[in-house]
Amino acid sequence: MRESPDSGAIGVEGLWKIFGPRAERVLDSDDRFLEPGALREKTGCTPAVRDVSFEVSPGEVFVVMGLSGSGKSTLVRCLTRLIEPTAGRITIGGEDVRAASPARLRELRRHHVSMVFQHFGLLPHRRVIDNVAYGLEIQGTGKAARHARAADILSLVGLDGHADSYPDQLSGGMQQRVGLARALAVEPQVMLFDEPFSALDPLIRRDMQAEVVRLHREVGKTMVFITHDLSEALKLGERIAIMRAGAIVQIGTPEELVGAPADDYVADFVRDVPRSHVLTLRWIARPPEEGEPLDGPALPAVTLIKDAIGAASSSSRPIRVVDGDELVGVVDRVDLLSFLAGQDVSGLDVSGSDASGSDAVATA
Amino acid sequence: MSSTAVSTPSRFRVPGWVAPTGIALLFVVAYLIFQGTGTLPHNSEAPQFAAVTELREWIDDHRNDNPVFLYFLNYIRIFVEALFSLLQTTLYALGWPGLIGVMGALAWLAGGWRVALGAVAGFCSFGVFGLWQASVDTLALVASAVLLSLVIGIPLGVWAGLSVRVRKLFTPVLDVMQIMPHFAYLAPLALFFHIGAPAGVIATMIYSIPPAIRITALAIQRVSPTAVEASASLGATRAQTLLKVHLPLARSTMALAINQTIMMALSMVVIANLISAPGLGSDIIRGLSRAQVGIMLPAGLAIVVMAVVLDRMMVSVAKRDPRNKIGRSSLVVAAVLAGAGLIAAPLLPREWPANLTINLVSEINDVVLWAETSWFGVTSFIKDTFSNLVLNPLEHLFTSAPWWLVAAAVLVVAWRISGVRPALTALACLLAIALLGTWEHSMRTLTTVAVAVVVTLVIGLLLGVAAARWDTYSAFQRPLLDAAQTMPSFVYLLPALALFGTTRFTAIFASIIFAVPPVVRLVEDGIRTVPATVVEAATSAGSTSGQLLWKVQLPMARRAILLAANQGIVMTLAMVVVGALVGAGALGYDVVLGFSQRTDFGMGFVAGVAMVLLGVMLDRITQGADRRPSPTKGM
Ligand SMILES: Nc1ncnc2c1ncn2[C@@H]1O[C@H](COP(=O)(O)OP(=O)(O)OP(=O)(O)O)[C@@H](O)[C@H]1O
Ligand SMILES: [Mg+2]
Repeated sequence: MRESPDSGAIGVEGLWKIFGPRAERVLDSDDRFLEPGALREKTGCTPAVRDVSFEVSPGEVFVVMGLSGSGKSTLVRCLTRLIEPTAGRITIGGEDVRAASPARLRELRRHHVSMVFQHFGLLPHRRVIDNVAYGLEIQGTGKAARHARAADILSLVGLDGHADSYPDQLSGGMQQRVGLARALAVEPQVMLFDEPFSALDPLIRRDMQAEVVRLHREVGKTMVFITHDLSEALKLGERIAIMRAGAIVQIGTPEELVGAPADDYVADFVRDVPRSHVLTLRWIARPPEEGEPLDGPALPAVTLIKDAIGAASSSSRPIRVVDGDELVGVVDRVDLLSFLAGQDVSGLDVSGSDASGSDAVATA
Repeated sequence: MSSTAVSTPSRFRVPGWVAPTGIALLFVVAYLIFQGTGTLPHNSEAPQFAAVTELREWIDDHRNDNPVFLYFLNYIRIFVEALFSLLQTTLYALGWPGLIGVMGALAWLAGGWRVALGAVAGFCSFGVFGLWQASVDTLALVASAVLLSLVIGIPLGVWAGLSVRVRKLFTPVLDVMQIMPHFAYLAPLALFFHIGAPAGVIATMIYSIPPAIRITALAIQRVSPTAVEASASLGATRAQTLLKVHLPLARSTMALAINQTIMMALSMVVIANLISAPGLGSDIIRGLSRAQVGIMLPAGLAIVVMAVVLDRMMVSVAKRDPRNKIGRSSLVVAAVLAGAGLIAAPLLPREWPANLTINLVSEINDVVLWAETSWFGVTSFIKDTFSNLVLNPLEHLFTSAPWWLVAAAVLVVAWRISGVRPALTALACLLAIALLGTWEHSMRTLTTVAVAVVVTLVIGLLLGVAAARWDTYSAFQRPLLDAAQTMPSFVYLLPALALFGTTRFTAIFASIIFAVPPVVRLVEDGIRTVPATVVEAATSAGSTSGQLLWKVQLPMARRAILLAANQGIVMTLAMVVVGALVGAGALGYDVVLGFSQRTDFGMGFVAGVAMVLLGVMLDRITQGADRRPSPTKGM
């Protein structure tokens, strides 16, 4: 066990959380493999997280998404034992969280991991600056020092001049900035977000997402981000885990999820995503055919398909898809058109050429 | 309200009213056959009573050599006595100008100049009534009791608020404590702590502690769970979260808890005079027992004034926006007020100057006498008619019916209204009453309560429905209800006594005016919370407003109405018992007698227990299946 988890890596292995009076016993029996509904019927226990494993590398933004009740909040709370897991192993920066003593756990929460909540959880009787400084106050930092730090953070999240307001004098978006500032003020390596923006209206939500992207760029924390909004997940997530009934169904980059959904559930999830906005040329590049001209424009393999349309329409020759100097394949107009029309050239879409493809184009 | 007894779907559908009517007929026939047999007449020499009297003798003999008393109970008494005398001495030491100044200053800090003015005027009135010393004694008594209640009650409340398990443990105990009439606390306390101020303080404390616990628990429970979670997620210890999140967020509700505790203490402190606690209670009890409104009116007014002043102060504290910190200028004003009083104290005479008091005892007595004689015709007509037509027959019915028939009736009724478990509890209470030898008096008290409850409910329903239907009437009625609910219970005996002298009827009248306000409020709220969409739907279907009331609003407010009935019964019982002081007789009278006559102590004690049993029984009968979730429903 390392003394100080100064890297933000998170490891989760075989994590279970079962709510109810005889959780341990359920876990030891074969009942745990039952569907949540059936299990509740039989034992009165609710399985919220079922055998979840994943790794997050330092500085990564890891998004967890799933429908309401799929166990996202429970999962993220288990990471710092705000909810006590029933079984499994959790490491943060190499330290075994489940083995930590209460004091050590407090240390971890005070200095290494902080959290932003859906309903903000601000303290209405404290001014904004005291809300932001709360974490430092808990640690025993002196008043002058913590206020100075809180003021810095407030300007980082764009709340200059609101230090002396009270939370209920701010709009929802501003309140969540306070929540964000409070989490940032303790300089954590890891930040956990539980649907932080779902209570906000769409325009403000977009602002706040941009804010998180900017903060991630500036301060480079490891982030675990819970959401049930797919576009938010795609916008923020380097990798996305999809949860269903407590278990993770698929983990992958946005491209992998959209291009190769693991099952119908995931496919259904990503159905409305305009795929040309997510997939890159690599997904539709094919080997050049005999005698096909190879002097068309060259585009990197990571180019989004939607961005290749311009090049394709300005040249009659197939686009060469390159990875550095190496030729990955070619894409011609017919390929592009048939992809946009939903007829997948590479045949990666498990749902085949159903109406979803054309829907996607229509919404795009 | 469909009958569950006949639920078998047969082709010959039995109408719903047949079974209840049949059962009722059965009871009538059984009564006619067995009337007069199996009664349990009162015997004031009953062995149960004698045993308790002997126990008291034994305790009085061994108070200073039995270890339980020597090392435990006596220390509690000594501690409480010390606390009381400390407060009493401090209040006296301030002198009247000092105390008025300090109260004014506190009231100023709590709620600004209006409240301060009220406090100063209120405390001056104690002197004007010539009751300064008694008022200060009462204040010291209330302060000691409230202090103890809060010191014990708030931590318990916080604990119950934080832990579901503790809450489940406390709730039934608090439920029972809240339906115990004041009187029931006195005898056991006199037994263990002897009579006098300490026993009075402890009785008052026990009586006033339930709201301190209950409301604090509620306040803590209501604290936003996300705020608590956010605090934990930042690594706060439990103590830090409690101090920095729970308590500040629960602050204003907890101020209401304190207020409620003070109000309960004020109404108990008077009754505590029966076990020789000092203060305003002595005038009130004396006035009540001699039926002299003149003696008790000033003291009663003083208690009401004290209640209003303290209530205003606490409510202002609860309402104050914690963000407006008390400014320096406010502190200066407060310091000036308090300082002025304290400096004036040695300069002015120690006692409240006699030429500033008004003594109205004989004038008031004259007015009351005049009222009694000039309205005699009307009041005695009401009184006599009511007694002859309703009270006496009913009392005869209850006391001449065999005990087993009454028990069966209680079982059936409770079963029908509230279900099996409450019915069994009610039955057990009734049987215990029989075993204690208090059957006849309990039946008499039950008669009084039943009559008062019926009248209370009828009036309460009418006024509640009226208030729910006409907003202007409701707006007019609200402040009256608010005022009525801050008044200590026995204050209601005053007008009753003035109008009807000492009779059973007086107690009934007092309990009706005491219990009507909360019933009205519950009924009105119940009807008003019927969802607007439902009302709209019914109206759009063409219901008349009468149909709307009978077919939609009243049925949907059923739960609130049941709760109102329950509340009305509990309050009526408490009042009817206090009404013993003005002629209600039966159990309450036994209790009072127990304190004045040493040989009757046992009977008084047992009567107190019987009251509690009666209270629990009535509560269980009416709690309705859904008032409190039964412990079995949870799992
Ligand atoms: N304290 C609890 N006791 C019992 N069951 C719980 C508790 N908390 C959550 N659950 C159950 O666990 C399951 C997962 O809940 P969770 O809150 O983690 O879902 P979620 O994915 O965050 O949903 P949402 O999007 O609505 O926030 C649900 O079935 C819920 O009912
Ligand atoms: Mg959630």
